[in-house]
Amino acid sequence: MTNVTFSKKIFEKDIGKIDEKMQERIAMFGTTVEEMGNEEITIDVSPNRPDLLSYHGFRRSFLAFLGKKTGLMKYKLNPPEKNYQVLADSSVKNVRPFTVCAIVKDLKLDDEKIKEIIDVQEKLHATLGRKRKKVAIGIYPLEKIKLPITFKALEPDKIKFIPLESEKEMSGLEILQKHPAGKEYAHLLAGKEKFPVFSDADGKILSMPPIINSQTTGKVTEKTKDVFVECSGFDVNSLKKTLNILVTTLADMNGKVFQMELKSGYITRKEITPSLEPEEMKISIENTNRTLGLNLNEKQLKEFLEKAGYEYNKGSVKIPAWRTDVLHEVDLIEDVAIAYGYENFIPEIPEISTIGAEDYGEVLKRKISEILSGLGMLEVSSYHLTTKDEQFSKMDIQEKNFIRLDGSKTEYNILRENLSHYLLKIFSENVDSEYPQKIFEIGKVFGKKNKIEEKENFAAAISSGNFTEIKQIAENLGKMLDIEISIKESDKNIPFLIEGRAAKLIAGEKEIGIIGEVHPKILKNWKLKMPVALFEIDFSCLAEMIAKRNL
Amino acid sequence: MDTQKIIESLSPNEVKILPYLNEEVKQISVKSNLDITSVLRALEFLEKKNIVKIFHEKKKIIELGVNGIHYKKNGLPERKLLNFLREKRVVLFEEAVKQSGLSDDEFKAALGVLKRKQMIELKNGRIFLSVNNELVSKKFPEENFLDFVPVDYESLSKEQKEIFSALQSRKGIVQIKDEKETTVEVSPFGKEIANSKIKTSNLIEQITPEMLKKDSLWKGKKFRRYDVTSKVPEIHGGKRHFVNQATDYARKIWTEMGFKEMSGNLVVSSFWNFDALFSAQDHPVREMQDTFFIDAESELPDKKIVKAVKEAHEGGVAGSKGWGYEWSENEAKKTVLRTHTTCLSAQTLARIKKDEMPAKFFAVGKVFRNETVDWKHGFEFNQTEGIVVDKNANFRHLLGYLKEFAKKMGYGKVRFRPGYFPFTEPSVEGDVWDEGRKEWVEMIAAGIFRPEVTTPLLGGPVPVLAWGPGFDRMLMKKYGIVDIRELYKNNITQLRKMKYWVKD
Repeated sequence: MTNVTFSKKIFEKDIGKIDEKMQERIAMFGTTVEEMGNEEITIDVSPNRPDLLSYHGFRRSFLAFLGKKTGLMKYKLNPPEKNYQVLADSSVKNVRPFTVCAIVKDLKLDDEKIKEIIDVQEKLHATLGRKRKKVAIGIYPLEKIKLPITFKALEPDKIKFIPLESEKEMSGLEILQKHPAGKEYAHLLAGKEKFPVFSDADGKILSMPPIINSQTTGKVTEKTKDVFVECSGFDVNSLKKTLNILVTTLADMNGKVFQMELKSGYITRKEITPSLEPEEMKISIENTNRTLGLNLNEKQLKEFLEKAGYEYNKGSVKIPAWRTDVLHEVDLIEDVAIAYGYENFIPEIPEISTIGAEDYGEVLKRKISEILSGLGMLEVSSYHLTTKDEQFSKMDIQEKNFIRLDGSKTEYNILRENLSHYLLKIFSENVDSEYPQKIFEIGKVFGKKNKIEEKENFAAAISSGNFTEIKQIAENLGKMLDIEISIKESDKNIPFLIEGRAAKLIAGEKEIGIIGEVHPKILKNWKLKMPVALFEIDFSCLAEMIAKRNL
Repeated sequence: MDTQKIIESLSPNEVKILPYLNEEVKQISVKSNLDITSVLRALEFLEKKNIVKIFHEKKKIIELGVNGIHYKKNGLPERKLLNFLREKRVVLFEEAVKQSGLSDDEFKAALGVLKRKQMIELKNGRIFLSVNNELVSKKFPEENFLDFVPVDYESLSKEQKEIFSALQSRKGIVQIKDEKETTVEVSPFGKEIANSKIKTSNLIEQITPEMLKKDSLWKGKKFRRYDVTSKVPEIHGGKRHFVNQATDYARKIWTEMGFKEMSGNLVVSSFWNFDALFSAQDHPVREMQDTFFIDAESELPDKKIVKAVKEAHEGGVAGSKGWGYEWSENEAKKTVLRTHTTCLSAQTLARIKKDEMPAKFFAVGKVFRNETVDWKHGFEFNQTEGIVVDKNANFRHLLGYLKEFAKKMGYGKVRFRPGYFPFTEPSVEGDVWDEGRKEWVEMIAAGIFRPEVTTPLLGGPVPVLAWGPGFDRMLMKKYGIVDIRELYKNNITQLRKMKYWVKD
């Protein structure tokens, strides 16, 4: 979700007073009001609608939704004038292969509009542009540029210009090393031998996409009347959509849009951009009614599609060229639903007969929880993620085969392989609570052999507690579940338990867990002042045995 | 009550402390060989009998809050921000937001504090550090303050009180705890009792099995009088964790409504978590920023399904245009901690047979996001999920199921509005009305699976209603919890006191 902020004053002048009713309308349009300030209103735009990221784009669609200016909005495109050309040199082919461009004239810019232009660029970069990786946008004052324009790639040290927000000339490499925007986006040019630039007929560099514009030729101010707009990147379709969103926003600001002629050094076909030719898609009334549970006639369907900014004619829909999200008829149907009003749908539960059932493991977990609750034990619930320190160092277990979570934002960066260390951690965080403390947990643990193994374990611990007491609990549980649990001396050392007071739990022939008293050095590691006895059992295995028996 | 009756009602502990009433509470405890709690209880009983008067002097003790404990260990947000700015001196605002390692709220607080201290300036979307490194290294008065907490509020100087109230206005750093100090004064009546010869030996204290064998041991004797109104110590039972009580309740709702439970692994392939749900492979949610990735390659399912999903992404299926990019099998093999239980729905759809429809499934389970932890964020959540596979299902049915679920969870008033999820269309978000705060609270995320999802998995475009409301928010509201960390805190005292999930 992207937050977009508009001036309340302008909104109220253009659209209407922002009262409770209007806020409700905004929510029902699909863009909830996130914040209401004294002068600004912030709404939430979902990623499928980048065309709503500018105030003018939002206004266009929202007015239609309110029934004020419905139908497909048409814009006049002026054909290219002399020298309205961009030549893409073959050197960009492996660097940043595509660009689409336009010229918009007669803009009357003020602070508010310049802010909007900068804002929408930024938001489009972040969303549709995938942080400038897929699409980067540049907007330049035309009066500082001599047409035609060249898009080419140069060696970094041959690129020299003054980047925005800077005073001195820098080379391509210096920009990546020193300029804040360069540093932030340097990874996008990493490994490239040449960097892409736009330059004008005099060879002046306008920008180095996707990093930064030139301070001299790439800064739009209040004095700017005409602009050159370019989008560069890797996916022509996204570039075209981005350009369409930009030029229609500028056209809504009363700009005159001119096309440009694109020549490419490596694609023979010439191209004229932008094109606002609507796409067509079929919609059927039956599908619409079946999906929505409504009974609309064709007139209503047309009305709702027009409220959603489409043009409808005999089962065919014309889709605005700035919409990026219409892939399938269902996308049109959703827009019909929005225009119909989500608040107008009458919820209904159909009469179909199905039989409900819980997962057997969950039923068993609840049973075990009941048995242990009866023995006065509290169930705890800890994270599936843990730290190496807590799982290994504090438990005196050798670090191995752990499953790391790449780039975790917290110190919890591995998956837990047992529950025992968490039970000790919980005791260590509760030394002020009344003793005895008796706790248990049932939850997933993870192991890595050839592949990642995931199973459920079940652990219980008592403090203060000794071997006899924990064994009583294990045996009682076994009896209640009608599973014979026997105890066998452990042949190998369990590092965190006391030797001679640690054992294996056996059910049937299977080894299902461990039981014992925790070693004082481990208690010390956790700063515990009371003895602890615990067991940990393979719950998945236990559940399987019980399920088999019940068959 | 007359003196005799009073004497008859003295408990053994009361009798034990009677000789030492002029001493301090601690001394009474030592001399009577009783622990402090027993002494205090006995004193309370004596007060009720007018034998002593107890005085509680209240003290306001300042102690660290939840965040305070964390900050004391790891530094205040302003310190963290300052350390971050220290090297660069000038940083883009956006960059600082992203890279300082602070949550949004912390960042705002830190920015405010540093501005007030005139240590930074904000200009042109940048943050400038405006003091030298020596000043940067100097400890803040707030930090010094945290060092000597806990402390008696009354002992603070005027300046310290100001620092305290500034810290108190921030969330969970410091808090005031009322502590009592107890002193005892013996009443004239008490002195009389203390001086009277107390013979309690002929009063019956506890009934013993021996007594019941021999009538003479109790017949004609008096029982010591109890103060039946007096407080008794609390006891605690074992119980199911409160989050699990709530998830069990959700299970009950779904099964009542005829849904079958789905379960599955927390570690899944990107294929099931994303690709099968039509999330484009370059979608930002598939970056490490948001999702936990595990360095292991997952296996892909049946080739037929993989091929169909690939088609859905590339050129589209069932009349869709698709995303129009080259779908990579390697990307789909990447392993993640599931970010939603919807991956279970996808797996279920791939398994279900035609003659099993209509069918309804649900899941309740843990999901993961790569997030920092603060009062409203965490990296683990509970989600509940439901799907209805039915050739006649429609949008109104979807709203019907959601409304019923909300109602059963205790929310009678629901509002639906448009939403967006990559795998559903139409999509819907649902708010429930919070009567206490008089506002809509977002709780439901739902929609009808896109044909690009259902066609590859089911083999044809059967409508599938789907929803996946976050569950934590619902249960936090029910339990009156505002800090999400409380769900994982495992504070034993709190767990013992936590109310049962009772809902009709």
